[in-house]
Amino acid sequence: MPERAAFAPQYASVPHRDNTAELGMWVFIATEVLLFGGLILAYFVYRHAFLQGFAEGSRHTDIVIGTTNTAVLLTSSFLVAWAVEVFSPDTARLSAWLLTGAACLGLFFIVLKGIEYSKEYDEHLVPGVDFQFAGPLANGVQLFFIFYFVATAIHALHMLIGICLLTTLAAICRKAPTARHHTALHSAALYWHFVDVVWIFLFALIYLPGRSSS
Amino acid sequence: MTERRPPLPLVGAWLGLLALLALTVTLAYVPLGAGNAIVALSIGTIKAGLVAAIFMELRHRSGLTLVFAGAGLFWLGILLWLGLMDFMTRT
Repeated sequence: MPERAAFAPQYASVPHRDNTAELGMWVFIATEVLLFGGLILAYFVYRHAFLQGFAEGSRHTDIVIGTTNTAVLLTSSFLVAWAVEVFSPDTARLSAWLLTGAACLGLFFIVLKGIEYSKEYDEHLVPGVDFQFAGPLANGVQLFFIFYFVATAIHALHMLIGICLLTTLAAICRKAPTARHHTALHSAALYWHFVDVVWIFLFALIYLPGRSSS
Repeated sequence: MTERRPPLPLVGAWLGLLALLALTVTLAYVPLGAGNAIVALSIGTIKAGLVAAIFMELRHRSGLTLVFAGAGLFWLGILLWLGLMDFMTRT
């Protein structure tokens, strides 16, 4: 694999280039942590004020789809980590298949999310579009579903970007992978794992509260 | 022969994450009062730690990378701490 220029003039070596890419990715992830952090702060504030309403809202989410989606996302992260680990010119085809598999699992996640959204629409649980909920907990439930739709939609947008990245890298792996693509793959993998971590917390905040009481 | 199988730590982390998922869903149905939220968030934190240490390879990193990775958590801590202090302590 001949490479024209292994690294740009601002770098002293190839590892220097790769380390810089990794640090840059972590800075980007820090900004994303704060984006989702603001949402999670709002969640805690309103859950503190509407404890019963949030538990009631949580009971109206679909725990089966939520749990399945968590398992799907954890598995896709595993496939991406595997692809990064074995990436080399000899194993490029395997990496391509692993990345394709991870992207397909990501799409499966989005499809399940869509089914869940449509069920919630049928149950009149979409604030601002069609929200009907009788009883004293209606305000808290509505706030819960506002958080639910904003957080999961922003997360799904991140998933779609990630799926595009993984698909592009799978295509590169099939065609002409070089050592510098390992850095690109590693950066995309960090992003994908981060999206996974966000979901781990969204799952705990959205689906699990209020299950042990009624 | 190039290694094609997934390394053992990756498989272990994946199975561990699925086991923790099963555990957290099961425990969500056990009445623990306010403990349910603590259990759910603690297991979530352990899962996030596994992903960060093994899938994101932080266990092989040192110094500067850990500082960069920790910076996000540091600012998140300040955001949640100062942001929630007023609401949680208001009578």
